[in-house]
Amino acid sequence: MESGVFKASNLACYRGEEPLFQHVNIELGDGDILEVAGENGSGKTSLLRILCGLSPPDDGEVSWRGQPLCEVRNNFFLEMLYVGHQNGLKDDLTPLENLALDVLHSEQPSQITPVEALEKLQLRHKNHVLCRSLSAGQKRRVALARLLLKPSKLWVLDEPINALDKAGRVAIKELIQQHSQEGGITIYTTHFPLELKGAPQVMTLS
Amino acid sequence: MKIFWYRVKRDLLLAARSRNEWLNPVLFFIIVTSLFPLGIGPEVNTLQTIAPGVIWVSALLATLLSLDSVFRSDFLDGSLEQMLLSPYPASLLVLAKILAHWLTTGVPLILLSPLLAVFMHIPLTTIPLLMLTLLLGTPILSLIGTIGAALTVGLRRGGVLISLLVLPLYIPVLIFASSAVATHAMGLSVEAHLSLLGGLLFFALALAPLAAASALRIAME
Amino acid sequence: MFAWFHKLTAPKNFYRFAGIINPWIGTICLILILSGLYLGLFKAPPDYQQGESYRIIFVHVPAAWMSMFVYMVMACSAFMTLVWRYKLAGIITEASAAIGASFTFLALATGSLWGKPMWGTWWVWDARLTSELILLFLYLGYIALNSAIENKKTATRASALLVLVGVINIPIIHYSVEWWYTLHQPATVTKMDKPSIHLDMLIPLLLMALGFTFFYAFTLLLKVRTLLIMREQKSKWVQELLEHGKS
Repeated sequence: MESGVFKASNLACYRGEEPLFQHVNIELGDGDILEVAGENGSGKTSLLRILCGLSPPDDGEVSWRGQPLCEVRNNFFLEMLYVGHQNGLKDDLTPLENLALDVLHSEQPSQITPVEALEKLQLRHKNHVLCRSLSAGQKRRVALARLLLKPSKLWVLDEPINALDKAGRVAIKELIQQHSQEGGITIYTTHFPLELKGAPQVMTLS
Repeated sequence: MKIFWYRVKRDLLLAARSRNEWLNPVLFFIIVTSLFPLGIGPEVNTLQTIAPGVIWVSALLATLLSLDSVFRSDFLDGSLEQMLLSPYPASLLVLAKILAHWLTTGVPLILLSPLLAVFMHIPLTTIPLLMLTLLLGTPILSLIGTIGAALTVGLRRGGVLISLLVLPLYIPVLIFASSAVATHAMGLSVEAHLSLLGGLLFFALALAPLAAASALRIAME
Repeated sequence: MFAWFHKLTAPKNFYRFAGIINPWIGTICLILILSGLYLGLFKAPPDYQQGESYRIIFVHVPAAWMSMFVYMVMACSAFMTLVWRYKLAGIITEASAAIGASFTFLALATGSLWGKPMWGTWWVWDARLTSELILLFLYLGYIALNSAIENKKTATRASALLVLVGVINIPIIHYSVEWWYTLHQPATVTKMDKPSIHLDMLIPLLLMALGFTFFYAFTLLLKVRTLLIMREQKSKWVQELLEHGKS
């Protein structure tokens, strides 16, 4: 069991002159799940953006497999998947057209096709409809289908079950649990409880 | 490389599905050029003298119009984030975007220019040269313009600001290209002009995607 | 040496350092400019071609030099902002912009004033003035971008990148404007170059150029100190400063 695959030490983030959070330390290994909790505005999204490499931290360092993130960016991005608040989908493309880019982007092609991935997330009969005409929950499902299409070691999910109904939440819960069983690491935030088996680590930002 | 061409095709597909986005600059090009005879008078010699500058200024303005939307929708729907998190070099992905932009903005301008050349009484023998300057120059406009679009991505009224940032950088292209057309119409050689334009194009190709990718990273931090 | 320099870039240390040397810089600046003006306006002989009206070069030429010099300083500090993320570097770039733009504007205005007695027009599109005008646009673009972005950190870095893009383009722009000008050169010679330079004219010119440089340093340090206090409001040293009221 390799621990310390993903490490963040002494992270800080400032908004203007006020610190949003300081002295944040994280150490995650194979199979770990971390929930980042906190009130609105406590900096959860900012922290996740730092952890996935979009923003540099104002203080401290993030490291992947023992090396600072800034030195191994491309390798890190190969093994990391980020699903943020926004879905990252083009409204003028169909779900299949949107996901085709992710299939192309992943190094090792996954076992399942986009159609099957959408099925697993209970999105049927919408494969050839423009995303513009999908509901928020349906779009979220398409965005999350990436989790199946781009096998990655680290999942960074910002409110993944936003806009999903109960069936969708259950599907995501199972995905995360299976990911953890296979040795993957998940970091997420959420407003609704995910009810994962075996309590995940929780870190609260104040 | 496969990813590069895939992204170009994807952007072209998106452009095709939102027709008015790329049509507007093209119409603007025609309308603005047509304003000059109306504002200055239809006298053939006058129009002939100002024609190269007018057509090129209109091309500049039409390109500026299209720059605001280069990254706008990607920024709004989260695709820009995903692009920056790709293991492929951001400058390559940005270059794909620039190529798609040029294909939807620059190429229509090149194809329409003979029509406008006739409006402005440019001699027929000079029209191919005009198209050649546009062929060399409009990619430079797309390359440099994308830097401006990247610097202002996410700003609400970025459009006007982009013009202020980018127009000074466009001036060399304007000078070399319009003087090439004017010189050719006088029957003189334009080798120097074209090599200068070609040099600018290579320079922009080498540096602009890097600058634009850095600007995007900064804007999304 | 490098360690001292590195320590100096900390806001608190730079603030104190600038506060100590600034009065000296201001004094030297005043001496240089006054002596330069005296020699230039009163002691230097009238030009055999242009008479007395050439004397405006003692403001116009140094202003034009400064407009380029300040942009170069901005380019260096912009580079340091992007590569090493020194807060002070970003502040120097920001503080220099308005000063540089003012020098550019001064060069344009004096150039225009010079043109009137020479050729009877308030503006002429010669290569130098046109390049100065474009440089003014580059400055204004920087100022506009820096103030348009709300997040201060992003604004500083984005506008720093803009300065670097600008500095790479400046030689290209200069060359293309020169090229453009020689293409369209009218029959009469309209070069606004300095008349043949005597030593008597060179000395006041250099004095003014040096004086303007010190003026830039003086106003820059004033602005940087103010910006440092504003940006570092919440830090301990500023709080202490405000309480004790002494620098």
